[in-house]
Amino acid sequence: MSIKVRLFATLRNGRGKELIVDLETNRTPNEVINGLDIPTEDVAILLVNGRDGTLDQLLQDGDTVSIFPPVGGG
Amino acid sequence: MRRYERNMTTLSLSENESLKNFKVCVVGCGGLGGYLIEMLGRLGIGSITAVDGDYFDETNLNRQLLSDVASLGVSKAMKAQERMGHVNPFIKIHPVTQRLTHENAVEILQGHHLVMDALDNIPSRVTVQNVAEDLGVPMVHGAIAGWYGQVTTILPGDRTLDLIYPAESVKGIEQTLGNPSFTPALVASIQVSEALKILIGRGELLRKKILYINLLDNEFETIDL
Repeated sequence: MSIKVRLFATLRNGRGKELIVDLETNRTPNEVINGLDIPTEDVAILLVNGRDGTLDQLLQDGDTVSIFPPVGGG
Repeated sequence: MRRYERNMTTLSLSENESLKNFKVCVVGCGGLGGYLIEMLGRLGIGSITAVDGDYFDETNLNRQLLSDVASLGVSKAMKAQERMGHVNPFIKIHPVTQRLTHENAVEILQGHHLVMDALDNIPSRVTVQNVAEDLGVPMVHGAIAGWYGQVTTILPGDRTLDLIYPAESVKGIEQTLGNPSFTPALVASIQVSEALKILIGRGELLRKKILYINLLDNEFETIDL
């Protein structure tokens, strides 16, 4: 299945802004971030099709996963 | 009062006059906090508590509005009081020269209509969320990192920080990016606009939503949470 991945802020460095990832069926956002070498602690906001998602939810062909890193400075 | 003439008619006369009755707590008087206090004070918020246990050093000068060469070594909270005394002597600033902790958070935050989160670390932000919730006080969260920033408005029960910081131990990307002069000013402006809307009860809030800002690519994403 084919998953669209949208990356934000520093997660774009060396990876790009938007990419298509091909995965076996029954895979989760965990496999997406592992495949892109994104550490779990760099995932602050995870959206699946624009809604709050989880790292272990099953993805469907054509889903869009958006990943935002944590911003905490003041 | 002519001082508030240019607030008209963005605010109605009664809205503007109501602002002197509000008490707002700004937690953190650094990059975000300096601008927050400036803008809340110029709007005419009657009472502002400025909380910061830190003192200005040279690394603050690139972005922190309250800092200047003469203030190096001076308490940030005390400097907030001094500056606002020059800017708007009709409001009260209560400086709190302590770091907000689990132990003192209730004492510091209670009695306010609103809390502004201008902290620089995630565990303290979560403490503010927990205590503000217990006290039934709304909170406007802002955070910055390099070209990036975020704002969300949290009402008691929303617990929005739990959705955007998966663990308190998470390190924000500001640890490697630092913070330039322009991101705090922008994020603080949006926080003050949210604060004002809460106080006057008008307009749409960033509630259960986060505005995620990327100035490098000029992207402003409002995400439903």
